[in-house]
Amino acid sequence: MQPIRIIESKTVVLPYTNIDTDQIIPARFLTTTTKEGLGKLAFSDWRYDSNGTPKSDFVLNRPESAGCSILVGGHNFGCGSSREHAPWALLDYGFRAVVSTEIADIFRSNSLKNGLLPIVVDETTHQWLLNNPGAQVRIDLEASTITLPTGTAIRFPIEGFARYCLLNGTDELGFLLQQSDAISRFERARA
Amino acid sequence: MNAKTLFEKVWEQHEVVPETVDTPAVLYIDLHLVHEVTSPQAFSLLRSQGLKMRRTDRTLATMDHSTPTDPDEVFGRVPIKVESAARQVKELEKNCREFGVELLGLGSDHRGIVHVIGPELGATQPGKTIVCGDSHTATHGAFGALAFGIGTTEVGHVLATQCLLQRRPKTFAIDVSGQLADGVTAKDLILAIIGKIGVGGGTGHVIEYRGSAIDALSMDERMTVCNMSIEAGARAGMIAPDETTFAYLRGRRFAPQGEAWDKAVAAWRTLRSDRGARFDRVIEIDADRLEPMITYGTNPGMVVPINGSVPARDGDAVHARSLAYMGLSGGEKLLGKPIQVVFVGSCTNARLSDLELAARVMKGRKVARGVRAVIVPGSQQIKHEAEARGLAKIFIDAGAEWRESGCSMCIGMNGDTVEKGQYAVSTSNRNFEGRQGAGSRTLLASPATAAAAAITGRVTDPRNFLAEMKSAVHS
Repeated sequence: MQPIRIIESKTVVLPYTNIDTDQIIPARFLTTTTKEGLGKLAFSDWRYDSNGTPKSDFVLNRPESAGCSILVGGHNFGCGSSREHAPWALLDYGFRAVVSTEIADIFRSNSLKNGLLPIVVDETTHQWLLNNPGAQVRIDLEASTITLPTGTAIRFPIEGFARYCLLNGTDELGFLLQQSDAISRFERARA
Repeated sequence: MNAKTLFEKVWEQHEVVPETVDTPAVLYIDLHLVHEVTSPQAFSLLRSQGLKMRRTDRTLATMDHSTPTDPDEVFGRVPIKVESAARQVKELEKNCREFGVELLGLGSDHRGIVHVIGPELGATQPGKTIVCGDSHTATHGAFGALAFGIGTTEVGHVLATQCLLQRRPKTFAIDVSGQLADGVTAKDLILAIIGKIGVGGGTGHVIEYRGSAIDALSMDERMTVCNMSIEAGARAGMIAPDETTFAYLRGRRFAPQGEAWDKAVAAWRTLRSDRGARFDRVIEIDADRLEPMITYGTNPGMVVPINGSVPARDGDAVHARSLAYMGLSGGEKLLGKPIQVVFVGSCTNARLSDLELAARVMKGRKVARGVRAVIVPGSQQIKHEAEARGLAKIFIDAGAEWRESGCSMCIGMNGDTVEKGQYAVSTSNRNFEGRQGAGSRTLLASPATAAAAAITGRVTDPRNFLAEMKSAVHS
C-alpha cells in the first residue's frame, strides 16, 4: 500500500446520493481473480454506452477530469455490496480520496485497507464541493484537514489506527500476525 | 451488573484484545464462509507472504455467485459458458485443495448460496461471530450470531489469523409490535423498515430486531429480515435466539449433539438483551399496519405499499434520474404495470418456505404469455426437498424455469440476466441500476407478489390470490 500524506488535486464531482458499489463496478466484472486493471471499468455503465464507446457527457470522460485524484460523491457513497473491487477500481483509475457526507461501512473499511482515503465532511463543506466541481483541494492526512481554495481548512474524522496505517503504508495483517500469542491464549481458554 | 444488549454480549465474548483509543479490537471469528468471487485475491495474498491458514476447521467454502444454474453446466456435461466464471470455480477448487478447506463444490449435494447453506448445515449458531466476503452475511444474525460482510483483504486476515481488527459499532433496536397480516411477509416487513429509515439509516450500527412480530417469525422469515439489514446500511442485524431457533438447529450436521446440545442451548438462552440495556437508537414499527411492499426506484429504500403510487418529488434531481432509469413517473400507480421477468431466488427469498409461498400462488395456473419466470432454489438440499414435495412440478407445469441453486439473477454474474429495459419483479435484495443485467429494471417484492406477477404479467396484489385460495379451502 502506498503511504498517503498530502493529496493535492482538482475534484471530480458525482452529485448523486447513494452511489452503490454496482455503479462503481458492475458485478459482471467481478469474475476476475486479480486486483489489477479495474480502473477502466469504474462506473462502466455510466461511462460507456452499450457499444463500449465513452459517453462524452459523463464527467469522467471530460478532458478536465484527467489526472484528478479526489472524487466527491453524494450522501451514503459506496453503499451495497462488500466487493473490494470497488476501491480497487477507483484506485486503479487514479483516485486517492473519496469525499462525502456519509460513506458506507464496508466500502470505507475496504478503502482504508487499500490506501483510498474516505473523508466525511459536514453538509456545508459538502455543498460547497458539489457547487464547485474541479476545485483545487488539498488534503493533509497528518493534520486530518481538507483545505478548500478559499483557504478554509476543515478537519475530518479518521480513526487513529487507520490513519497511522495510511500514513506509513502499513497493512493491518502485520499487526494481526503479531497478536498470535494472544489469539492462541484465547483459543485455549475457550476450548 | 450492567445491562447488556445481545450484540454487546456476543462482541465481548469474542474480544481477543479489547479496543483502546489507539487500536481497534482484535475480534475472534468462529466461522468463516468462503465463496469463489471474493476469495481468490485473499488466497493469493497468503501464498505471496508464505502464510498458512490458521483454522481450516472454522472455514467452509462453497460456490454460488458466478456459478451456472443450468444442470448440464453444473454437473459438467457441457463446459461453463461464462469463461471467467469457470476460471473462478477452478481457482476456488485449487485454493481449497492447497490450503485444506472443506469445499461444497459444484458436484456437491450440499452446495448452495453461502447464506442458505450455513444455517442449513447448522454451522450458523447463536452467539457465533460469522464473516464472509459478502454483504448479505447479515443473514446469519437471525440466529443471534454477530455476522457481517467483509472485503477481500479482511478475508485474507481471517484466513491467516482467524481474527479481524474492528471498532465497536453502535447499537440500534427496531421494535416490531403487532403481527403481520395474511399475505404480508417478512420481505414486506424489511422493505417497510428500509423505506422508513433509509438506505443509510443503519450505517455504523448493528440492528437488533425485537418484538411480538419478530418472535412470531419462522427461521426462514427471520433470515429474510436480517439479510437485508445491509440495505439499510447496517453491517449486521440480529435476532435473539429462542425455541424457534433451537428447534431449527437440532440435529443438523454441525449442531452440537447429545450432552453438548443441552449445554449449548443453556448458553444460548442467555443471549438476549437484558432488561434496561441501552441502545444508541430505538425505533418502533407497527406490523399490524403493514401491507405488501414493492420498490419503484433504484435503491431498496425507494419502496411503497403495493397499492401505492410512485412518489413525486419535484425538484429532486436524483429522484428524477432514478425514475427516468426505471421508466416511471411520479404519481403513477405500480399496480397493473406490465412486467417481463419474474425471479424467485437469492439469499433473501430462496428457502423452502419462500418456494412454498410462490407455489401456493402458482398452483394450477400458467405464467402469463410473454413473461419469463425463473425459480432458483437457495441450495441443492432445498431443490431436492422442493422436488419431493411437488413444488417443482407446480412451477414447471405453470411454465416457469426450474434451476439448480445459486445467486443467479440476483447479481447476474453467471449469464442469468434481465435484458435492457425489461421490468423484473424479483425476490432478491437489490434494485440498483444494472444489478440484474445492464439496463435491467428491478421491482423488489416478496415471493407471493412475484408469483402473482408471473401469473398476471402485471404488478399484482398477492392477497387477491391468497384470499381466493383461502375461500376455496373453506367452501
